[in-house]
Amino acid sequence: MHPTGDDSLLIIVPAYNEEAAVGDVVRSVRQSVPGVPVLVLDDCSGDATVGVARAAGAEVLSLPHHLGLGGCVQAGYKLAHELGFRNVIRVDGDGQHDPRDIPRIFEKLKTSGCEMVIGSRFAETDAMYTSRLRSLGIRFFRAVLRPILGKPVHDPTSGFVGVNHKALEVFSRSFPLTYPEIEALVVLQRRRFRFEEVPCKMRPRTTGRSSITPWKSLYYIAHVLLGVFVNVLKYDRRYHSARPKSPGEQAASALRSANSPLGRAQAQARAPVPPPAGG
Amino acid sequence: MDRLLNVTTVLSIFLLIMVLVSVRRAHIRVEYSVSWLLASAAMLILSRARPVLEYITRHAGIPDTPLTLFLIAGSIFLIMFFRFSVIISHLRDDNVALAQRVAILEFQIRSISQTIPETTPR
Repeated sequence: MHPTGDDSLLIIVPAYNEEAAVGDVVRSVRQSVPGVPVLVLDDCSGDATVGVARAAGAEVLSLPHHLGLGGCVQAGYKLAHELGFRNVIRVDGDGQHDPRDIPRIFEKLKTSGCEMVIGSRFAETDAMYTSRLRSLGIRFFRAVLRPILGKPVHDPTSGFVGVNHKALEVFSRSFPLTYPEIEALVVLQRRRFRFEEVPCKMRPRTTGRSSITPWKSLYYIAHVLLGVFVNVLKYDRRYHSARPKSPGEQAASALRSANSPLGRAQAQARAPVPPPAGG
Repeated sequence: MDRLLNVTTVLSIFLLIMVLVSVRRAHIRVEYSVSWLLASAAMLILSRARPVLEYITRHAGIPDTPLTLFLIAGSIFLIMFFRFSVIISHLRDDNVALAQRVAILEFQIRSISQTIPETTPR
């Protein structure tokens, strides 16, 4: 599994006890984007997920113990980054994402120049693909994220996400471990990265159950809100000072630098060495 | 009051001995036993130094001396719990990073071993 070309793409499929669905997911991904490597991230499943994924033609990254979704996805990002892939698209192993949408996400990733593309269930319509409670939660987070991100995001909880090499580099170093989707948006925003949404279809889950039950939803909301708040607090001035300086600001900055001890030392180091006396 | 201070003295001594025994049996690492030893020693000193406790009660405006003892003990243990939460968080991060590294290394070993042609032993 090696990247080929400047627009190399890797599909990652996080999976935990998904033996019933992961085989079909891998096969349909390979049909939708032939020749693109598929990496199943096995989060220490207790069933035959690894064997089924390999039999379907995927490479498998097996975690030695259960890390949860964030740790599992980050392991995939780390490997993709180390192997030199330029783009990564995540497709969930439960079969809810339609792999036929992958080419559109990849195309948007290449042409828009933004660092992240989200396959959105609600980008064009406000159709309900989820339970009423979850839909309410999504609306709540839309409202919370709107002022933080500076633009509306229709489907902040979507796991159908493509990232380019810049976001890959960031995520391989820093990625939320629990409920990563919403916090990842704020992590990107801290670096002034951009995202776009592509309308996608969501299929009903055919096997297994969602890990987020109604009771866990309350914990989810509290946890994600805290994570968003902490990420907002981590606001880094370096990434937000990309505005080019005016000539006046440049002169003032140079003067400040020359007057500082470090600036003087640097100026001395740059000065030409005088010829030896009497030479 | 005296009975209460005697009870806290016994509890402090019990905690002190328990920590020392655990360190000796290597159930707790020495660096993590220091906070417990300091906390139990502080409890022991406060329980036996009644004038100090009464001085703190008077100056802090606390209505009751036993309440002062429990406030101090509670604060000490809260700080310790916070410290251990920090340690656990670091351990969790290290643990995740290590698990990811192991998985990546295993993946790469598997990839390499698949590319090496099998040789038959003579």
